[in-house]
Amino acid sequence: MASEKLILSFPKNVVTKPIVYHVVKDFDLEFNILRAEITPNLEGRMLLEIRGKKDKIEECKNFFKKEGVQVREATQEIILDKELCVNCGVCVSLCFSNALSMNKDSFEIEFDKNKCVLCGICLNGCPVNALKSKI
Amino acid sequence: MPKTIEEINEKIKKGTVVVLTAEEIIDYVQENGIKKTAREVDVVTTATFGPMCSSGAFINFGHSDPPIKMAKVWLNDVPAYTGIAAVDAYIGATELSESEGMAYGGAHVIEELIAGKNIKLRSTAYGTDCYPRKEINTYINKNTINQAYLFNPRNAYQNYSVATNSSGKIIYTYMGKLLPHFGNVTYSSAGQLSPLLNDPYYRTIGIGTKIFLGGGTGFVAWQGTQHSPEVERLPNGVPLGGAGTLALIGDIKNMSPQFIKAAIFTGYGVTMFVGVGIPIPVIDEEMVEYLKVKDEDIYVSISDYSVQRRSKPTFGKVNYKQLREGKITINKKEVPTGSISSYPKAKEISLLLKKWIKDNNFLLTSPVSQIPTSGSTKPLNIVNEEEI
Repeated sequence: MASEKLILSFPKNVVTKPIVYHVVKDFDLEFNILRAEITPNLEGRMLLEIRGKKDKIEECKNFFKKEGVQVREATQEIILDKELCVNCGVCVSLCFSNALSMNKDSFEIEFDKNKCVLCGICLNGCPVNALKSKI
Repeated sequence: MPKTIEEINEKIKKGTVVVLTAEEIIDYVQENGIKKTAREVDVVTTATFGPMCSSGAFINFGHSDPPIKMAKVWLNDVPAYTGIAAVDAYIGATELSESEGMAYGGAHVIEELIAGKNIKLRSTAYGTDCYPRKEINTYINKNTINQAYLFNPRNAYQNYSVATNSSGKIIYTYMGKLLPHFGNVTYSSAGQLSPLLNDPYYRTIGIGTKIFLGGGTGFVAWQGTQHSPEVERLPNGVPLGGAGTLALIGDIKNMSPQFIKAAIFTGYGVTMFVGVGIPIPVIDEEMVEYLKVKDEDIYVSISDYSVQRRSKPTFGKVNYKQLREGKITINKKEVPTGSISSYPKAKEISLLLKKWIKDNNFLLTSPVSQIPTSGSTKPLNIVNEEEI
């Protein structure tokens, strides 16, 4: 039994297609949607955990790609090192799940782990290397 | 009644000076009006903490025995410019390491020097009768070197721009990582706290003005490179883009790594966060008119950084209040915003400088000379010698 966390990006033309049900139907995998976001005019994004046979997971990933879904493997955890952070806020603009935000009064950076979808987009965006992935 | 710098300094010495930060004065003026504020407030502290590429440090290493006329210098493998006197060198913030590339640069050397860490010094020379040594490998730190001072040709930009990306791919710029299809915008100004936005016509900030620089004291040395005061302005004096700039100088030995920080913008290179604080004397009512400026009064143009040209297409203007709220609208699309400079750090500096002044640890200076209020930047044209 293997498991993987995947970040799926659904471009506009794919957002309306039923895709995730194939995970069970065609590949006999268990899945858990950890986070999903579909907004009009934006692509849909999903953090999906899948569990099952290793070869089936690979087949399933190929199926996603064939359907036009972008697939990336999620890192385990992202941490914000407050010692290094200078509270500039460049990361906030890169975080579509709003896990990184700027406090409305102090303008300091806050990180809500529960909202993080582990996409990793912020990682090379931090000028002082305060955002790191922990694997 | 206009106040003189001497009168304000007398109040500082007596401990009766009234100092507010550029953030605090906004509400103060709202409650007390221009006249009363001009009478009661003596000094307003402004500050900024942003990445400033045009930064670096002059170092005089002291003479070795036998002495050397350094022709090439590396500090922790980062080349420094030494085409000046024998043991003088300039380490630029954006210079990259020859062994680590973009992972380490001049800014890191400067930050580590300020932090008191040991730095590896390597130098080669051709040797002369008066400077026979041809090579040197040694270690230096803040306490061993003869002199080190920051000299930043351009800091404290008076407003800047907002960067976005209309293209279909991620771009990596000095304004940070810009996501495709207007995926985000970044901006870089302390806004209402920013020094030159509180003195838009350079009435009090000029050559010789004593400032907070990197945790120590420094001075305005000159107008900065690309100083361009003739940028279009709003009636309140606020320029709509990068306008005035300052060249700053200060002793590295008194600085703190808390206020000078190396930065890496992936795909762009190394730069340096520089903490700058400038006190503005409230000399008259006109000064209060400028000092009351707040984020919503400061507008800036949104530029498309995916267009790799000197002039970039723009998408209208926004103010810093909108930018700090986290979202703006471009072409009817909501776009998340991110700041490149740190407002909390700028605020910390403005409060620290306020404390220094209140505690009689910092007296104000009159500028020795004004920085230009006219002129604009010239472009570099690529021509044949006959065409110039």
